[in-house]
Amino acid sequence: MSVTAGNSNLVPIGDIPALVIPALGETLIMVGITMTIVVLVGIPLGALIHNLARGGLFENRAAHTTLSWIVSIGRSLPFLILMASIIPFTRLITGTNIGIAAAVVPMSIAGIAFFTRIVENSLRSVPPSFVRVAKASGGSPLQIIATAQLSEAIPSLIGGLTINIIAMIEYSAIAGTIGAGGIGYVAVTYGYQRFDNTVMVATIVILVITVALVQLTGDALVRMTTPHSATAARSRRRLAAAIS
Amino acid sequence: MISLERLTKVYGHGDRAVTVLQDLDFSVDAGEIFAVVGPSGAGKSTLAQCVNLLERPTSGSVVVNGENLSQLSEAQLRVARRTIGTVFQSDGLFSRRTAAQNVALPLQYLGVTPAETKRRVAELLDRVGLSPRASYYPHQLSGGQRQRVGIARALALRPSVLLSDEATSGLDPESTASITALLKELRDDLGLSILFITHEMETVLQVADSVARLDRGHIVESGRLVDLLRDPSSELGLALKPVGNARESGAGENSWVIQYTSTSVPTNWVTALSEALAVPVSLLAASIETINGATVGNATIGLPHTDEAETIEAAARLGLTARRLSAGRVNAGKALENSEQAA
Ligand SMILES: Nc1ncnc2c1ncn2[C@@H]1O[C@H](COP(=O)(O)OP(=O)(O)O)[C@@H](O)[C@H]1O
Ligand SMILES: [Mg+2]
Repeated sequence: MSVTAGNSNLVPIGDIPALVIPALGETLIMVGITMTIVVLVGIPLGALIHNLARGGLFENRAAHTTLSWIVSIGRSLPFLILMASIIPFTRLITGTNIGIAAAVVPMSIAGIAFFTRIVENSLRSVPPSFVRVAKASGGSPLQIIATAQLSEAIPSLIGGLTINIIAMIEYSAIAGTIGAGGIGYVAVTYGYQRFDNTVMVATIVILVITVALVQLTGDALVRMTTPHSATAARSRRRLAAAIS
Repeated sequence: MISLERLTKVYGHGDRAVTVLQDLDFSVDAGEIFAVVGPSGAGKSTLAQCVNLLERPTSGSVVVNGENLSQLSEAQLRVARRTIGTVFQSDGLFSRRTAAQNVALPLQYLGVTPAETKRRVAELLDRVGLSPRASYYPHQLSGGQRQRVGIARALALRPSVLLSDEATSGLDPESTASITALLKELRDDLGLSILFITHEMETVLQVADSVARLDRGHIVESGRLVDLLRDPSSELGLALKPVGNARESGAGENSWVIQYTSTSVPTNWVTALSEALAVPVSLLAASIETINGATVGNATIGLPHTDEAETIEAAARLGLTARRLSAGRVNAGKALENSEQAA
């Protein structure tokens, strides 16, 4: 038993992995569930708003303005305030206001607002001539959205998704401060409240590595899905070799 | 077969209404290539979009094989569009799809089975001579090859009408020639009615059976290409085949513009004219070619002072129209062509 440590609350170095790794797992679960919801809602919502705009497939000014406003409100609230303000709603849905389930609700709302804007932006950068081509080729509105809009925007959507995932890792840390678990919870309870610098450093290292991995994976996927990028052909071949 | 009946398109309402197309009337028979030519802003793309029904005509109708397409609902339109294949300007291929996947697009929309799609795509790519490039992405193809893919895609649903809006614009002359040759071949083999829209007079000469000139939303002149080229009073004929920059005529000579107006101009007409008038003929500029099997051409010649009526008469016997140019008007044809391009 060591008596040299000035603070008996400090976690021994050997125990840090046992503390941090399950926390990382919780963070990944929170972000994973959130991002699934975000993509499932954000893509149709972004595509809908894009096509309600002027020149879109279902041009409708009133609907466009309304939906745009709702998304803007979601985008403009700082996450901490959003999270606190919707606690009654969160409790209604999940029956609790702490834990992973409770964190997923505000994270999904913030994430959907974020991603919807990204989808809109990505779709706006697809040349509108593709929609004319698709129409002239006999496509239905849904087929046109899928093939002439979303499919052409895939690299840009993946780039946006990468930024979105990183933002959600950050939000999960904020949610951690109110007891949602995960890396953020460990950083606050051990690193901040108990002045355990070793744990603090460990959480920082883990977050930096996680974010870097997400970014690298995202960048690689963007290259792979862009036929006119120099490395795309190579990465596709490598992937094909890896799967087979 | 496609025909337009008093097709009119107005953009905007009230004070801000702009009539982009007014009372267009023409038809393109099966097996015919009909070119519409006109300067930028004339309304050519608007015409294209009214024909494939991406835009609804304000009034008048578009009739394909006897069916009036302008009255249909949005869902019926999707079906009707299958009878019209559209070749777009160079930006028409989806960048993330290979040549084969681009050609497959209309079949995929229609719900054709993968096996049938594969067979049909292979056949279409072969048809346009691109089988070896099936798995290339658009950025790996040349401009001419991309347009071939566009043509194959336009043909996927076996349309009876092919619509092309500036399909050769921006291509080098060699690619343009190969695309126009392909279109003629398809017209012959499949009996397509082809509506070929362009701002390039040169290309019209290569491809068209008939041509109409669109200017500020009106068709100002139209007819069979060969007839227009043989008609000395046709502005469109002159614009299509401008009189080349001629040498100055020598001292004591007048410049004359000669145009082929008959089908039977003798090949040695210069000698024949010289003999008939008993004077030497100086050749100052000439352009003679065979278009759609007929010889057309024009020339600028210098003649010593001859009797005007007698000269015109002698030329007419050879199947030519002769017009004397007053001094300083030698390059009148060229000047007209230039003002054309500036418009
Ligand atoms: N959607 C539109 N709304 C209003 N005016 C338009 C629209 N599309 C085209 N126009 C106008 O119609 C005219 C013809 O355009 P366009 O058909 O593109 O000509 P072209 O293809 O011959 O260059 C132009 O003056 C253009 O400004
Ligand atoms: Mg145009």
